[in-house]
Amino acid sequence: MSANVSILPNDGPATFPQYLILNASRFASRPAMRHRDFGIWHSWTWSEMYEEIRYFSIGLSKLGVKAGDRIAIVGQNKPRLYWSFCAAQALGAIPIPVYADSVAEEMVYVLNHAEVSLAICQDQEQVDKILSLSDELKKLKSIIYDESRGLQDYDPKNLHSFEQIQDLGREEILDTGDENWKKQIAKGKGDDLAVMLYTSGTTGRPKGVMLSFDNLAISARNANEFDHLDEKEEILAYLPLAWVGDHVFSYAQSYVAGYCVCCPESQPTAEECRREIAPSYFFAPPRVFENMLTAITVNMEDAGRFKRLMFKYFMDHAGEYGEKILNGEPVGFFNRLKYWLGEFFVYGPLKNRLGFTGIKVGYTAGEAIGPEIFRFYRSIGLNLKQLYGQTEASVYVSAQPDGQISAESVGTPCPDVEIEIADNGEVLYRSPGVFIGYYKDDKATNSTKTKDGWVHTGDAGFIDHDGHLRIIDRAKDVGKLNDGSLFAPKFIENKLKFFPNIKEAVAFGDGRDMCCVFLNIDLTSVGNWAERNNISYASYQELAGHPSVYKMMEEHVEQVNKELSSEEMMAGSQIHRFLVLHKELDPDDGELTRTQKVRRSFIADRYGELIEALYDGSTEKFVETEVVFEDGRKGKISATVEICDVTVFAHGDKEAAA
Amino acid sequence: MNMHYSSAGGAHRDNLAKGETLLQVDNISLSFGGVKAIQDVSFDIKKGEIRAIIGPNGAGKTSMLNVINGFYHPQEGTITFRGKERRRMRPHVAAQQGISRTFQNIALFKGMSVLDNIMTGRMTLQKRNMLWHALWHGPAQMEELEHRAAVEKIIDFLEIEAIRKTPSGRLPYGLQKRVELGRALAAEPALLLLDEPMAGMNLEEKEDMSRFILDVNHQFGTTIALIEHDMGVVMDLSDRVMVLDYGRKIGDGTPDDVRKNRDVIDAYLGVSHDD
Repeated sequence: MSANVSILPNDGPATFPQYLILNASRFASRPAMRHRDFGIWHSWTWSEMYEEIRYFSIGLSKLGVKAGDRIAIVGQNKPRLYWSFCAAQALGAIPIPVYADSVAEEMVYVLNHAEVSLAICQDQEQVDKILSLSDELKKLKSIIYDESRGLQDYDPKNLHSFEQIQDLGREEILDTGDENWKKQIAKGKGDDLAVMLYTSGTTGRPKGVMLSFDNLAISARNANEFDHLDEKEEILAYLPLAWVGDHVFSYAQSYVAGYCVCCPESQPTAEECRREIAPSYFFAPPRVFENMLTAITVNMEDAGRFKRLMFKYFMDHAGEYGEKILNGEPVGFFNRLKYWLGEFFVYGPLKNRLGFTGIKVGYTAGEAIGPEIFRFYRSIGLNLKQLYGQTEASVYVSAQPDGQISAESVGTPCPDVEIEIADNGEVLYRSPGVFIGYYKDDKATNSTKTKDGWVHTGDAGFIDHDGHLRIIDRAKDVGKLNDGSLFAPKFIENKLKFFPNIKEAVAFGDGRDMCCVFLNIDLTSVGNWAERNNISYASYQELAGHPSVYKMMEEHVEQVNKELSSEEMMAGSQIHRFLVLHKELDPDDGELTRTQKVRRSFIADRYGELIEALYDGSTEKFVETEVVFEDGRKGKISATVEICDVTVFAHGDKEAAA
Repeated sequence: MNMHYSSAGGAHRDNLAKGETLLQVDNISLSFGGVKAIQDVSFDIKKGEIRAIIGPNGAGKTSMLNVINGFYHPQEGTITFRGKERRRMRPHVAAQQGISRTFQNIALFKGMSVLDNIMTGRMTLQKRNMLWHALWHGPAQMEELEHRAAVEKIIDFLEIEAIRKTPSGRLPYGLQKRVELGRALAAEPALLLLDEPMAGMNLEEKEDMSRFILDVNHQFGTTIALIEHDMGVVMDLSDRVMVLDYGRKIGDGTPDDVRKNRDVIDAYLGVSHDD
């Protein structure tokens, strides 16, 4: 293998295929990837993975893939799909991961926009989806699939299995060797286009963000140094392939540091797999942490009295001292001892249950995390930190250094990143990770990226007295009520979403007289509560409209109003009225993005009638809503939604403060 | 990733080609005291088809299934399975011959994990006796590993990886039904009897189950006989349908034939007609 290393550029590897060659020699026998299949973990070392990728890549070239070709990668986190990235890049082709759960119409736009000539799919579902679009996909020449189940009877024309392509590669190596392939890799330069990632489209059509090898590799190297990550880490790859976070954590950083990436059997087993792997580096959006905490809370309520008491006792103790111990602040001997006991009885088993036993660093990003949720995990000794990033920055803009953690901030600028706050409060940054541009969209590129490399984030924020960046909201979402008081919808929604019973909230108020909200109940948590209180229900809709659920929501909203009233800036935007939506907000209906963010304008459009009802004083409203099922068919649900008034408090109110 | 599950009856290989008669039921009558559950019913099941048995409540559908797998012994008539005629047979013999079934009311071991439940489906395929299994090391262990591999393939096939180790009693109804199907499949049956596989399910669960039934038939070539009340499902899934009413056969044929059959319409709607 060492002969291969000699082909690398003198100043070290710049592209991921070059890193692969290096890793196959320096970490030859260390695990590079694991995959659980049929209930058993299979591993590949770096040298084995090198072979797999080499066969596949040469097979691809035999199939006619050339430098500059665009290859769509559709599916969940599977080793072969990760290998496809590197195999394509080795030939100078550009991989384009696509969200596996996007419906056909969404996919067609991306594949056509990117002019994809080859699609690598995980299974029959994805192959079917692409085949159903084949009339519209003019440039698409062939499809490669990973899992053959159900595909035996398909027309084999232009449809190949992963193994077939690898066999092609094997034959080619026997016939002519792999010298050309290696030469091609050696030619790779840092400023070549590495990958195109389509943004999830919070605003309008998805845009193709072009990232170079330098963007990704330098960002990855900096991040690895920042958190002291090396080849001994293990991470679980479970977030969408098409999301920049997964691409950087599970691909770029892994190739640069040489650490092992573990792929779960399927999405539903991810949690179980995490427990088995006990990753040392873990990333999850706040939602995942919220769901875990909700599950813990629900399970503890079902536990016996003794366990409940023990849990409460030690969690209270952890709440007081856990974070201090984690931050290395002085804590008395007795309290340390008690924390240690708690570790033995509660925190340790809990972390084991969650699969966090081996964790070195955990990150959350994407949206603000509820301070209580954040503190909960830190208090049980999990080094959970926040970072702020964007696809356009190859993720890293700012991150919290160890020991300087707060729930409100997103940390200091990452290595090599400069941050500036514009006059209108918008955050700007410049870094080695800054993208090349949007594919075929110079207008958007020019409005986002200035000539000297500064990027507009679109987020409003400020630098606090510790030098940490704080994000308030999307710059364009921060608005004003008619009486002039500040209205930051996300701030209010996040406060609501902290309640385990509330899954999603959408606040309205910009340019109106008062603030009103839509709520989505959390079916797990409220369902459990209903079970314990003998409330029977047949569907989400029925439970959501139940009077006692409304009463519970009213209490939650009032609690939020109390908190809002205690802050002068926010007291004006207390919630006057709310309703519980008759259906869950769903990415399939376009109400959430694929990363589960609320699409505000879309919701305002779709539920216009309900918003009017919130403001015209009516107490209920009949609505009919179209829903899209997973297979793309459409149906309708209708309901009479009740609207509820809530008490608001004056700023500095004694009763509210109590 | 590739399925190596042996197709066409798996462990119970036979020389029948697709479309040949796998099971022939001739003039079966079954009564319990004065109650005539089945009266003089004849029909056949062809290899590789999905055969539905439908009828109103109490028509004798489940009794028919019980007769086929040897749980009830008919007073009259013969059953020919793979060319061998039989009159009396114990259920375990039927299981050994390659007939497995699921039940109308779920009959899983509630305290056992999904994996163990499906493992019990391999019982009839175990070659080593109890002594070997008590010793465990050596041949019995090798055998168990083989069975475990087969079970894992079924788990993968039915997409129940996430509940592999969950006690089956804790699962929602729809999943328990799926586990039951898994256990029946574990025996690698030549003939799979499904007693109301979709009863009590919601639409999504029904769609899932229909998909799995079609996949089992398509991919493993397993012959399936099913009882089902949901007419939409029956008409979509099955190749041929037999209709029972008060223990008598009143219709038999393709879904389209049966749908047009006047007797069948009457039996289901209960209306009299003049013509």
